Amino acid sequence: MHEVDMTKCLLLSLNEWKAQHQPNEPEVSVVHLEVGTFTCVEPDALVFTFGAAVQGSWLAGSELRIETVPLRARCVRCESIYIPEQENAYRSPCCDHPMEEIVSGRELRIRSIDYVFSNQALPVLSP
Amino acid sequence: MHRPLEDTLGINLLAANQHRAEHNREHFDAWRLLCINVMSSPGAGKTSLLERTITALAPRLEMAVLEGDMTTQLDAQRLEAVGVPVVPITTGRACHLDASMVSGGLKLLQQRLDPAALDLLWVENVGNLVCPAEFEVGEHLKVALLSVTEGDDKPLKYPVMFREADCVLITKIDLLPYLPVQVERFVEHVQQVNPRARVFLLSASSGEGLGAWHQWLLEQVAERQLASDSGPEPTTNVQPFPALVSR
Repeated sequence: MHEVDMTKCLLLSLNEWKAQHQPNEPEVSVVHLEVGTFTCVEPDALVFTFGAAVQGSWLAGSELRIETVPLRARCVRCESIYIPEQENAYRSPCCDHPMEEIVSGRELRIRSIDYVFSNQALPVLSP
Repeated sequence: MHRPLEDTLGINLLAANQHRAEHNREHFDAWRLLCINVMSSPGAGKTSLLERTITALAPRLEMAVLEGDMTTQLDAQRLEAVGVPVVPITTGRACHLDASMVSGGLKLLQQRLDPAALDLLWVENVGNLVCPAEFEVGEHLKVALLSVTEGDDKPLKYPVMFREADCVLITKIDLLPYLPVQVERFVEHVQQVNPRARVFLLSASSGEGLGAWHQWLLEQVAERQLASDSGPEPTTNVQPFPALVSR
């Protein structure tokens, strides 16, 4: 269950992000992630652990939305982009070349955060 | 009125671990040592190999081990017995080491010795082919072991681990005569998911193939010391060697 540790890392980043907005208190509705298929992350497990971890915290009620990014590689022989398949040992179908250059699929990224300010501070009036 | 806002971050999910790993690496570079993260499934032979390798290289290199183990200190005791300083890191239920656990291990190590006197620091990870691949600890090189008894399909089933490795060791080759496997298939499958990996075939039990692996380690330590002397880390981690197989 390394998704628990990944969730801890995610919460640390979100806490840092919240601190940058002080004294305003952001109220988060959605955290958007990009998770590649060529990673060791199971998106459903991440959503589950996130839901459990944020209970009772400032993130309670927020939702984790995961966009899956497919594995794509570039064949270094003919430059064409292909989708590597395990059944084919990840080789390129065009030239039967091993998977050398990964174009996408290794993403583990916090893409964006949707939020409002629940205690929007009044603008400071200059004298 | 509450205006919905959106902040685009684009930061790594594991940024918190990444920052600590980079911090560890800065220490390693300041100490002029090479740190190698050793990973494999349970029972692939990490500890047996380290016993042999540390014994063989002890006259040439100063070494220490950070030993990850879920609940016991059995592996740490085995390695202490070959005469090298070992700091056990019991991870509890966590199935991998992360950068902060290694940082804790380094503090304990510093109580026993000056790390600047070391040439090579081994981090023996928890036996697991999944999680350790995603959690950097600050290592310069990742070495993955695959024993011939595990089956040649493992690089295809656990591709991220073998893709991330700088070097893959096919171990227990002394057992090949008793197994219905072809060692070429292991190498082929590793090179399909990672054509850049350096591959060695060896047996910690018979000693076959250890010479080439040890030679490679000595070269890596020398290269690292040169790199540490010439200032900040270059940004590329592309390995300069071609995909060679040594036996």
